[in-house]
Formats: sequence, C-alpha cells, structure tokens
Amino acid sequence: MPCGLFHNRYRTDERIFQTIWARSWLTVFGLFVLSMPFFVTDYIVYVTNTIFIFIVGAIGLNILTGFTGQISIGHGAFVAVGAYTSAILTTKLGLSFWIALPIAGFFTALIGMIFGIPSLRVKGLYLVIATLAAQFIIEYTIIHWENLTNGITGIFVPSPELFGFFFNTDKKFYYLLLAFAVAAVASGRNIFRTRVGRAFIAVRDRDIAAEIVGISLFKYKLLAFAISSFYAGVAGSLWGYYTNVITPEHFTIVLSIDYLAMIIVGGLGSIIGTVFGVIFITILPELLTTFSLLLKSTFGQITTLLSAIKGLGFGVTVILFLIFEPEGLAEIWRRIRAYWKLWPFSY
Amino acid sequence: MTPILSVNNIQVVYKDVILVLKGMSLEVGEGKIVTILGNNGAGKTTTLKAISGILKSEDGEVTDGSIEFYGQRIDKKYPESIVRMGIFQVMEGRRVVEDMTVEENIMAGSHTQRNRKNKKKDMEMVYHYFPRLIERRKVMAGYISGGEQQMLVVGRALMSRPKLLLLDEPSMGLSPLLVAEIFNIIKTINNEKGISFLLVEQNARLALSIASHGYVMENGRIVLDDTVEKLMDNEDVKEFYLGLTEVGKKKSYRDVKHYKRRKRWLT
Amino acid sequence: MTGNISFFLQLFLTGMVVGSIYALVALGFVLIYKSTSILNFAQGELLMFGAYVCLALTVELNIPFIWSFLLTLFFSFALGALLERTILRPMIGESIISVIMITIALSTVMRSLIQIVWGTETKVFPPTFSEEPIHFLGLFIAEIHLYSLSFALICVALFGLFFKFSSAGLAMRVTAFDQQIAHTMGINIKRIFALAWAISAIVSSIGGIILGNINGINNLLAHMGLKVFPCVILGGLDSIIGAIVGGFLIGILENLAGGYLDPILGGGVKDVAPYVFLVVMLMIKPYGLFGKVLIERL
Repeated sequence: MPCGLFHNRYRTDERIFQTIWARSWLTVFGLFVLSMPFFVTDYIVYVTNTIFIFIVGAIGLNILTGFTGQISIGHGAFVAVGAYTSAILTTKLGLSFWIALPIAGFFTALIGMIFGIPSLRVKGLYLVIATLAAQFIIEYTIIHWENLTNGITGIFVPSPELFGFFFNTDKKFYYLLLAFAVAAVASGRNIFRTRVGRAFIAVRDRDIAAEIVGISLFKYKLLAFAISSFYAGVAGSLWGYYTNVITPEHFTIVLSIDYLAMIIVGGLGSIIGTVFGVIFITILPELLTTFSLLLKSTFGQITTLLSAIKGLGFGVTVILFLIFEPEGLAEIWRRIRAYWKLWPFSY
Repeated sequence: MTPILSVNNIQVVYKDVILVLKGMSLEVGEGKIVTILGNNGAGKTTTLKAISGILKSEDGEVTDGSIEFYGQRIDKKYPESIVRMGIFQVMEGRRVVEDMTVEENIMAGSHTQRNRKNKKKDMEMVYHYFPRLIERRKVMAGYISGGEQQMLVVGRALMSRPKLLLLDEPSMGLSPLLVAEIFNIIKTINNEKGISFLLVEQNARLALSIASHGYVMENGRIVLDDTVEKLMDNEDVKEFYLGLTEVGKKKSYRDVKHYKRRKRWLT
Repeated sequence: MTGNISFFLQLFLTGMVVGSIYALVALGFVLIYKSTSILNFAQGELLMFGAYVCLALTVELNIPFIWSFLLTLFFSFALGALLERTILRPMIGESIISVIMITIALSTVMRSLIQIVWGTETKVFPPTFSEEPIHFLGLFIAEIHLYSLSFALICVALFGLFFKFSSAGLAMRVTAFDQQIAHTMGINIKRIFALAWAISAIVSSIGGIILGNINGINNLLAHMGLKVFPCVILGGLDSIIGAIVGGFLIGILENLAGGYLDPILGGGVKDVAPYVFLVVMLMIKPYGLFGKVLIERL
C-alpha cells in the first residue's frame, strides 16, 4: 500500500483520477457500461436511457444550485423550453437532430439568462420563489401558445438519424445517450477546474466578498444560469427525440422537484453525487412498483394506490436522507473511499 | 468569601476535534468586576460561552472540569435555565435584533421574567442608566449608532435581573468618549445594584481601570491571575498589554527585537 | 347599475372571499417564516389536512360541525408540533436548500397519505351554513363568505397584537432574526418553533375547512399552498399585515385578471396571473409592500 500520493509534474497533479486504482476501476466500470445492453432486458435499457438524460439535466441544476448557490425550482420549465424548441425546429423547420439540439441548447441558455436576471436583485429565498414563478409562467405559455406548441395535444418528434442510420430502438439510443451523459459529466467536472468554476463557488460561499475580489456577480450569476439552462435544454431535447412525443404534462413542477431531489440526495456541489442521485431517484419508483406488485396478492387494491405509494416512498426517502445524511450520497461515497484507502487500518 | 462563580479546570472541545480551552479556572466574587485579558484566539469568548451554555448550540462541549454558580453545577445545563439562574451573556458585536425597535429589544430581554409589573419597573431602571435610549425608543435597533447599540444590549441584559453579567468586548469599535461613558455606567451599576461582572476585553487599560481582579489568557490557558493592583505592576503585562517598557517609556517598533524579551509566565 | 360595473364588483367580491382564504394560509406561512426562517412548501397540505379531518369527523363519525371544527383545530395543533419535533428540528443549522427540500418532501408525503386514506374524488361537506345568499349592494354573498372574511380580519388583529406585545411574540421575532441571540436571552428555541408550527397548522386548517365548505374537497386543494407565494411576496415575507393584505390583493387581482383576460388569452389566466404579479413585484419592490429590507453586512 502506498504511503502517499506524490506528483512531480503539474500534469499528473491536475488529473481527475489520480491513482492507478482509480483508473483501473474506471476502465472496468466503463467496459461494464458499454456492454450492458447486451445482457439485460429492454426495459432496463429504457430505464438506463432515462437515467442518462436525467444526468445531463441534473448536472446542469447542480452547477446552478450546488456550485453557484442559486436555488432554482424552475428547472423543469427550462427542460421544457429545450424540448419544445428542438421539437419545433425539427417538425416545423425540418432541421435535423444534430443541428436542432445545439440550437435548442443555446436558446434555452438565453431564456435561462433572462429568468436569471432577478438573481441580481434578490437572493436566497426570494430567488427560489422567483424560479417557482418562472416554472408556472413558462408552463402557461407553452400550454396557451397553441399556434407554436400545439398546446396540450403536444408535438410528435421523429427519431434522429445520421446518414440513414435511424436511432429508433432503445439499444441504439443507449449509446447515443451514453455519449451525452459522459460528455455532461466530463464537462461538468472540468468546469470546476477552471477559473469560471472557481468563480461560481466563490459566488456561492460569500458573494459580497467575491465581488470585492473582482468577480463580477452580474456576469457570473447570469453565466451560471446560462450554462445550467443549456444542459437543461439539451436534456429536454434528448427526451423529446427519445420518447417521440412531448406534452406539457411532462414538464410540470413535479419534474423540477424531481431534479432538486436528485441533486440533494446525490450531494450538492458534487458531480459524481449527481450521478448517484439520478440513479437513486430513478430506480426508487421502479423498486416501489415491483414491490407493490409483489404484495398484490395480499393487498388487492394496492395497484390503484400506486402513484400515492410512489409519492410516499419518494417523500419519505428524501426526508430520511436530509435528516441523516444531508450531504447526500456523495458524502457516503467519500467515506467509503476513505475507508478503503487505508484498509485494513482505519485511520 | 466564597465566589459566586467558579470555573474549575475546564476543557472545551468544538466539534469533537478542536481543543480550545485546555484546563482553565477562574473565580468571580460577589459584587466584583473581574476581567479576562488576552489576544485574539486565546479562548476568552469560549470561556464565556461555556459559562452561559451557548456552547452547545455551536457544537462545543465542556469535556472536563466543572462550572459552579452559587454552588450549583451549570456546565451541563441549557442556556434557558442558566439565564433563569441569573447569568446573562452580552455577546461581542452589539447583537441587537435589527428589525425590532429599541423598546421591543429591551422588552425582549425580560423574557424569563414572569411578572408584568416588574417588567415596567425594570424598563424604567434601564432608561435611568442609559438615558440616551429614551429618545431612541421607537427607532429600529438596526439604525441606531454603535454606542447606543452597545447600551441597548447591556440594558436588555439588565431586564433579566441577572446576578452575573458576562460582557464580551464592550469597547470594540466604539469611540473613546463613548467607551468611557459606558464603562462608567457599568461601574455605577456594579456599585448600586451589586451585579457581578465578568468582563472580556482587549482594551486592557480600560478593563483594569474598573476591575478588581484580572486574568490573562493565552492559548486556552490562564497565564496570569492576580488583583488589578499587582497586575498593573507586572512587567509582562505592562510590556505586552499596556504598551510600556520597564522604564515607563513607550517603545517604538524599531527598537523591538522579539527574541530579546520573552514572556515569563507559566507555560 | 350597469352590467360592467356589477361585473367588476362581482369579480371584486369573489376576489375578496377567495382572498380571505389566501390571507389565512399566507398568515400561517409567514408565522413559520417569521419565527424559523423556513419557507414551508407544505402549507397547502396543512390546509388539506384541516379540511379532510374536519370532513371525516363530521361525515364519518357524525359529530356536529362545531365540535368537529374545534377537534380539528386541536389535531392541527398537535400535527404542527409533531412535524416540528420529528422533521424540522433535526434540520436546525442545515442549509436553506435542505430545509426547503424537506418541506417539499413533507408536502409530497402528506399529499400521498391523504390520497391513500381518502382517495381522489371530490367530497363535500353536509350543508352547515345557510344557502340563502345575502343581498349586499345589489350583489350576492353567501353566509360562509362572510364568516371567512371576518375570520381573516380577526386573525390579523390577534396576530398583530401577539407579535408586538406578548412575550412569546417578541421571543419569536428574536428567534427569527438570530437564533444565537435568542439563546443568550434564555429563550427556549425548540418551544418557539413548535409553537410557530402549531399555530400555523391551526390557521391553515381553518382556511381549509372554510374552503372545503365553499368548494368541496379534493387533492387539488394543495395548490393553495403554492398560491401563497405570490401573496407573501406582494405583502412581504416577514410581515403579518403583508400576508393578509397580499392574500386579499392576490384574490382580487387574479379574479379581475381572469374575468377580463380569459376571453382574450384563452382561459387559465387566474392560475398564472398571480405569478406574473410576483415577478413584477420582485423586480420593483422585492421586499414587498410591508416587508423589512434586509440589512446585510459582511
């Protein structure tokens, strides 16, 4: 067991995965993820695909809320903006997935910046409320601007294609979405190795002091909203192309709450935590459904109560996490890693 | 004469890992003004917090030793009971409730008293000692001047009918004239009402001018413990806290060679 | 009276009635915020609790309304204190976002529990109040509406006095401002929190019972909880008067907006208008009409 980690070049010091152990485990994990679709059911592939999409969106929210400290309950609305933008671009203007997606991302970033303007005037609790308003206003606009969005009927989105290759099965989407998820995680992690990322963290920790040091709150808060909304927009677009149909029902405040739960349970201010949080919150209702179905023989009417049970399970889990491990799964992960680092000696 | 407060060799730890007080003891006699001097980080405020019980809300605890007030152990008690027993801590930094008026602030201090009529009388008493507050009665506490805020927090403390007041750096950030006025009032209250004071101060000269007994703290320990007369004569106190050399002349920074004169106290 | 004016006045009056309920719920919200600095996202669920429990007592156990009303208040008090003890107290000292999230999670739990026990269909109270509309300046107003209005106004007065003059009220304000100061003053913070939640639960329950009597009860009642935000932003997050005024204003404004703009914009204006007002308010006067401006120092 090495007695410490010594670097003699900046390059090795700046690496994200610093030990050989970490890198080998990463490779094993990578191989596992790449081969997964071939030995699990289609349903599990579907669930994993949704996890990938949520990872993109959740990392966006964590950048805004966990790293920059701007609490937002309006994330679901920005996801909606992305979804509808790319859907409209594809159906009404005939743009392909590969062009529509980035445009949708940037447009959502713009909208995010606009709704981020109140953050320059109000802080903390007031900002939360402002984002809540954003959620409802955007939702209303989508439902009622029927010429553009088809209102509650929704839009049908064709699957993406690349030179004749159609991404129309779960398996094919798996690799596409995996690429996006990896890109999101990598870019998210990298932001915090740069000046911009450090500025975000400074804004979160003590914004008045940050301003004194020369970090323009105006620029960086808006940038945080923009970047976060870009991720949201991409996630929304992916969702549209994957499920082929989008309606306003997909993007209510429930979605915003889900995203918040993911990053809080996962761990605010931690990229790997976000991944854990997404996996946890996505799998939880699945487990509850399976569990309830098992109990169907004893409690007949349990299936009618399924949505209520899922809600109950979700709420109780989040409450328990917040009481017992407010720093989330990321913190549990850190402790496990610290334990194994010096195993079998505990300190 | 038995002291009303005795701190016996306490050890205070924050968050289970940060050791701040390493076995310190002190006593406050009835009706006396006792002062604790020391640099920043010596543990003076922590001592006060240990006595008043607020330590618990900051994740700190007294892990060894005991604190006794009028013979009863108080180191395990909660602030609510300790205030009722007659100890009130006035924290450093003039912590007024900014969005309540001066009068409401003062009234709030009487939270632990039951009798309404007494509260009225006590308010009169507070205004008697701090006449400046009368004209500022209806003003938001966040907008009054620093000196007035300091008066407000002491007055607020008086409303709880304390037997021992713990004052944390009352002179901080105030003009010399105002500080003199406040310290005068403190001395008067001590004379007239017999309330004991435990005064933490960085302004050593001022503190020693009204106290009868003094302690010097460093790094979580008491390093000097003596009556004020003897302290004022102590070479080391004179040099490091009162700014005078042995000869009584003030020293300039240019002459100081820090290895030349070392502190000669216990640790 | 011409049709236009009576249209306006009817909208105004309906707005006042709805507003009085908003005012009560907003009051409960501000109580908790003022004492504990917590944004309670579960306020709507506290309202639902009151409505459903009162209904259950009246309909399923056949207890006369006045007794079930009082019993519900008692249960609400207990629920508020229980929630504070089990869920909120461990959160003392945690970050804002954790606390917000826990009240959101709490709202989900409460809503799900209510759904499991009582289902999702709309239920109605047996007629307890006179159906006869009272004529008032050529407009109609039901007896229940008058009760609602007067209740809200009584609560304003009571709570205003409470916070200004009573020992517990002052203690709450100190605790809301800075818990450490409260500690040094011998205030029992835990008791203050419990009291805040208990009273808030009671006030919301009253709102729920009234609303249930007017409109019937179902799961959607919880949306009242979110409507509370425009009310308190308008009025000021930490102002009792602001909560009441904000509640009435939002009730009136949303009704007027709905009445006049629905035909143009295609409906649903009532539900989004309050949030537009909220955003406008945040831009021009973020601390509301009566809120205290945050004095911030490094």
